[in-house]
Amino acid sequence: CIRFILIQNRAGKTRLAKWYMQFDDDEKQKLIEEVHAVVTVRDAKHTNFVEFRNFKIIYRRYAGLYFCICVDVTDNNLAYLEGIHNFVEVLNEYFHNVCELDLVFNFYKVYTVVDEMFLAGEIRETSQTKVLKQLLMLQSLE
Amino acid sequence: MPAVSKGDGMRGLAVFISDIRNCKSKEAEIKRINKELANIRSKFKGDKALDGYSKKKYVCKLLFIFLLGHDIDFGHMEAVNLLSSNKYTEKQIGYLFISVLVNSNSELIRLINNAIKNDLSSRNPTFMCLALHCIANVGSREMAEAFASEIPRILVAGDTMDSVKQSAALCLLRLYKTSPDLVLMGEWTSRVVHLLNDQHMGVVTAAISLITCLSQKNPDEFKTCVSLAVSRLSRIVSSASTDLQDYTYYFVPAPWLSCKLLRLLQCYPPPEDGAVKGRLVECLETILNKAQEPPKSKKVQHSNAKNAILFEAISLIIHYDSEPNLLVRACNQLGQFLQHRETNLRYLALESMCTLASSEFSHEAVKTHIETVINALKTERDVSVRQRAADLLYAMCDRSNAKQIVAEMLSYLETADYSIREEMVLKVAILAEKYAVDYSWYVDTILNLIRIAGDYVSEEVWYRVIQIVINRDDVQGYAAKTVFEALQAPACHENMVKVGGYILGEFGNLIAGDPRSSPLVQFNLLHSKFHLCSVPTRALLLSAYIKFINLFPETKATIQEVLRCDSQIRNSDVELQQRAVEYLKLSSIASTDVLATVLEEMPPFPERESSILAKLKKKKGPGAVSVTELEDSKREGGELNGGGDRGPDTAAMAASNASTPSPSADLLGIRSAAPVGAAPASAGSLLVDVFSEAGPIAPSAAVNDDGFLRFVCKNNGVLFENQLLQIGIKSEYRQNLGRMYLFYGNKTSVQFASFTTTVSCPGELQSHILSMHLCTKPVEPLVEGGAQIQQVLNIECLTDFSDAPLLNIKFRYGGALQNLTLKLPVTINKFFQPTEMTSSDFFQRWKQLSQPQQEAQKIFKANHSMDTEVLKAKLLGLGTALLDNVDPNPENYVCAGVIQTKGQQVGCLLRLEPNAQAQMYRLTLRCSKDSVSRRLCELLAEQF
Repeated sequence: CIRFILIQNRAGKTRLAKWYMQFDDDEKQKLIEEVHAVVTVRDAKHTNFVEFRNFKIIYRRYAGLYFCICVDVTDNNLAYLEGIHNFVEVLNEYFHNVCELDLVFNFYKVYTVVDEMFLAGEIRETSQTKVLKQLLMLQSLE
Repeated sequence: MPAVSKGDGMRGLAVFISDIRNCKSKEAEIKRINKELANIRSKFKGDKALDGYSKKKYVCKLLFIFLLGHDIDFGHMEAVNLLSSNKYTEKQIGYLFISVLVNSNSELIRLINNAIKNDLSSRNPTFMCLALHCIANVGSREMAEAFASEIPRILVAGDTMDSVKQSAALCLLRLYKTSPDLVLMGEWTSRVVHLLNDQHMGVVTAAISLITCLSQKNPDEFKTCVSLAVSRLSRIVSSASTDLQDYTYYFVPAPWLSCKLLRLLQCYPPPEDGAVKGRLVECLETILNKAQEPPKSKKVQHSNAKNAILFEAISLIIHYDSEPNLLVRACNQLGQFLQHRETNLRYLALESMCTLASSEFSHEAVKTHIETVINALKTERDVSVRQRAADLLYAMCDRSNAKQIVAEMLSYLETADYSIREEMVLKVAILAEKYAVDYSWYVDTILNLIRIAGDYVSEEVWYRVIQIVINRDDVQGYAAKTVFEALQAPACHENMVKVGGYILGEFGNLIAGDPRSSPLVQFNLLHSKFHLCSVPTRALLLSAYIKFINLFPETKATIQEVLRCDSQIRNSDVELQQRAVEYLKLSSIASTDVLATVLEEMPPFPERESSILAKLKKKKGPGAVSVTELEDSKREGGELNGGGDRGPDTAAMAASNASTPSPSADLLGIRSAAPVGAAPASAGSLLVDVFSEAGPIAPSAAVNDDGFLRFVCKNNGVLFENQLLQIGIKSEYRQNLGRMYLFYGNKTSVQFASFTTTVSCPGELQSHILSMHLCTKPVEPLVEGGAQIQQVLNIECLTDFSDAPLLNIKFRYGGALQNLTLKLPVTINKFFQPTEMTSSDFFQRWKQLSQPQQEAQKIFKANHSMDTEVLKAKLLGLGTALLDNVDPNPENYVCAGVIQTKGQQVGCLLRLEPNAQAQMYRLTLRCSKDSVSRRLCELLAEQF
C-alpha cells in the first residue's frame, strides 16, 4: 500500500505531502530530501522506479514537477505509475490545464482531490468522471 | 494568481501566499509570517466574534504557514470550531487542519470525536465522507475506540450512498491496521465480502483493499471471496473495452480493480472447486492472450495499464506454481519484454523472471534467455536494471551454465557500481563453489575475484577458499601454483597475500621442484609483500614462515634472520612480537621431528555448509537469494568440537577446533597461529617448556552463543557440552538481583589442569552502562576426571542492558590448552516482575505507551510448535504475567510485567498474535523505555 505521496518541483520545494504512515516531523523532512535526491538525478532513459529504504518510489515527471508515490516493494509498479497519471489528468481537468501555481494557491483543494482518489494508502476511486463530478459538486457548495 | 481568478478562493489567503512568494529572502519571509501570525492571533483573541468565513481563512493561513515548515502553536480550537459549521467549505478546512496537524491534546480529541460523531450521523453524504476521511487520515487509537464499531454499520447499511461506502471501507481498513484488536469481526464480515458483487465499481475498488487485508489475517473466515473475486475478474476480463465506461482507462477495462482482484487471489491457494478454477485459468489465459494482440492505442498509458494487469496475473501464476503451461507462457511473455524498448518493462521482466527461475516448471524456460540477460548486464544504462539482470543470472544459474554466468559476472565486476560490488562478490563466490565441477576452476574464480574486487572480498570468502583447498588434495598443487603466479603482480591485494601466505605455507612444497618457484623464491616473494600489509596479515605471514622452516629446512637460516631482526622481535605490536619470539625459539630448539609434528599440514576441515550463503542472506534479506535455495541448504549447528570423527587425542584438532564454534569462524585459527597452538599430546612436555605455564598461543576463542537463546524463557539446563566438558546452569532471580550456579563437569577420565574461568562484560555492558555486578568465586584449578565443580555468580542489574556477559574457560587437557568463550544467558527479561491487570487497565497503559519509539514490532515465521500450551509455558518462563480475557481475540496472548533495575522500573506490555494458517507471528512490545522494547523484541523473536 501507499506510504506517502509527494509532489516536488525540481528545486526540491514540496507542493504536496500526504502521509499514510506515522513519521515525526524531522523524519518527514528527511524523507522529502532523500526522495528529491534520488529522483532528480535520474533521466528519461531510467525506469520510473527507485528502491528506497525498505520501500520503493514510483515517480513520474511532468514539466518541472515530480509526482512520487512510495509503496511497498511487492506492490504493482505499473498500476501505481498509471495511478499517478490518472491523478494528474484529474488535476488537469479540475484546474483547467494545471500548473505548479495552481497547486500552491489551492493547496487545500489538492488534498480534497487526493482524498477522493486515494484513502488510507489505498486506491479509492479510479474513474475520472466520477471524481470530477464529485469535485464539481463540492465546488458548488458554500 | 490563477486561484483568485477562478473566483471561489479566499482573497486574503491568495494575497498572503503571493506576498510570501514575493519575499526576496528567508528573513523577509519569516518577517511576513510573523506579522501574519500576530494578526491572526489578535483576531482570534479579539472580543469580536469572528464569522465562519474569517475563521476558515485564518485557519487556512495557519495551515499554509505550517506546511512551509513553521511551528504552529495556536488555532487548534478555532479549527475544531469549524468542524461544527454547517457549511462545507468551513468544515473542510477544519478537518484538513486536524488531519495535518494531529494533536494528542485530550481535551481537543474529545471535541473532535464529538464533531465527527455528529457528521457521521448527519445522513449528509458529503459530511459523512469528510468525517470518514479524517478518521482514515488520523487513524489514532482514540478514534478507533470511538468509531470502530460504528463504521462497519455504515459500510453495510442498505441505505448508505456509494461514495460513503467507499470511504467507510478504507476508513475501516485504516483502523484495522492500526488497532486490529478494536475492529471486531461480526455479522458485517460476510456482508463485506459481498461488496465484491456491488454494481458500483468504485465501491468494489475500495472494498477489495479491506477484504484483502482481512483475508490475510483471517483466511478461513473470508474464503468465500475467492469465487466472488474470480467471477468479478472474469466479467471484467471478458468485457469489451467500452463496456465499463467510466472505469475504462485508455481502452483497458478497470485496470486497477483487476490488479486488486488478482492480488486478493494471491492470499489463497488455487481454488479447489473445479469450475471456479477453470474460470480463473481461462481469465489468466485471456490476459496472456491480450498481451499478444495489437495495441488499441499507441499511448504508453494503454500499454502500462494492460501490463499492470499482466504482471499481476503472472504473480498469481507464480504464486500457484502448479500450472506448467501458464508458467511457461508467462516466461515467454517476459522474454519478449526483456528486449522491449521501454526500460520499465525490461526492468519488471527481469524482476519477475527471477521468481520464475526458482519454479521447477519454468527454470529451463528462463534459462533460454541467458544471452539477453547477459547483454542487459553489459549494456543497460540504469544501474537498477543491471542489478536485476545480475539477480536473474544468479537465480538461473545451474551446473550447465555456471561457467558462463560466473565469467560474465566477473567481467561485470570490473566496472560494477561500488554499491553492489560486495553483493556481487558473494554471489560469484557462492556460484563458483556450488557448481564447481573441477576445483581448479573454483580456485581460479576466487583468485580472480580477489584480483578484481579485493576490497569487497570478505573474510568468509577467502576463509572458504582455504577450507576447500585444504580439504581437497587434488587441487592443492594447482592452488599453490596459481596463487604463486598471482603474487607476482607488482600490486596485489592484501587478501591475495593472505591466501598466498596460507596456501604456500601449507603446500608450497608441491611447486618447489620448479626452480622458478624454489623455496627461497617463494619466501622472498611473500616477504616482499610483508611491509605493505596490516598487522593481522603480517601475523599470518609469520606463521607461514615457520611452516616454511619445516617444509624447507634450507630456508631456515634466512627466515631466522628475518625473525631475529629488531623490527620483528621488538615489534611494538604484541602479537607480532610474540610470534617472532616464539617462532624463533621454536625453530632453534625443537628437533626436526618435533617441528614436523608441530607444524604438520592442517587436517581437513569438517565439511560444513558455506557461511557465505548466510552472509549474503543477511546482507540482502530475502528476495535476492532465491529463498528456496537457502531453505534447502541444511544448516548444521556449530557444535564446538566440529571434528567429531577425530578422537580427542588428535590434540591438533581439539585445540584449533575449540575456538571454532560457528561455521564462519572455521579459519579463525589462521589469524591466531593455529599451526603452533595445535600442539600434539606427544610433544606436550616440550611445548610446555617452550611456551611456559600460561600457554600463550591459546587460540582466541570465538564466542559460542548456541545455548544462549535457549535460556531466554528458562533458567536451568545444560548450557554447553562437547566431548570434554559439560556446563550446566541453574539460576534464580528476585527483583533486580540474581544468582547463577555454574556446574562444570569433566567428561573424560583425565584431569583438567589450570582450570580457570573468567566472567567479563563486553564493551558497553561494562564501561558504558555498567549494568551488572558480577561476583564470582574462583574455581579450583584442577578438575579430576569425571568430577564436577561448582561456581556461584551473583548478579545485580543496575540499568537495562542488551549485551550478555561472557564466560571464558581455559584449561589444559593432555598437553593442549582448551579455550572457550560462552555467552551467559543473563537477559534483561530475567528481572521481570509479573503484573496482573484488567483488560481496561491494560489498554489504558498500552495507549499511554504510544510513542513510536516505545513500540517494537516484529512479524516472523514460526520456528517451533505453535501449540497453545507450549506458547503459554514460554511466555510464563519469560517472567511476565500472562493475562487472560484481555485481548478480544482469544487466539492472541498478552502479557505484562515490570523490569526491576537498580535505578528504575521499566513497565512492559507484550502482545503476541499467532497466525496458525500462515505459520507466522506478530509480536508487539511496548515499554516505557525504548531500548527495552527493542531488546525484548529481538530476544523473543527467536523463541517461538
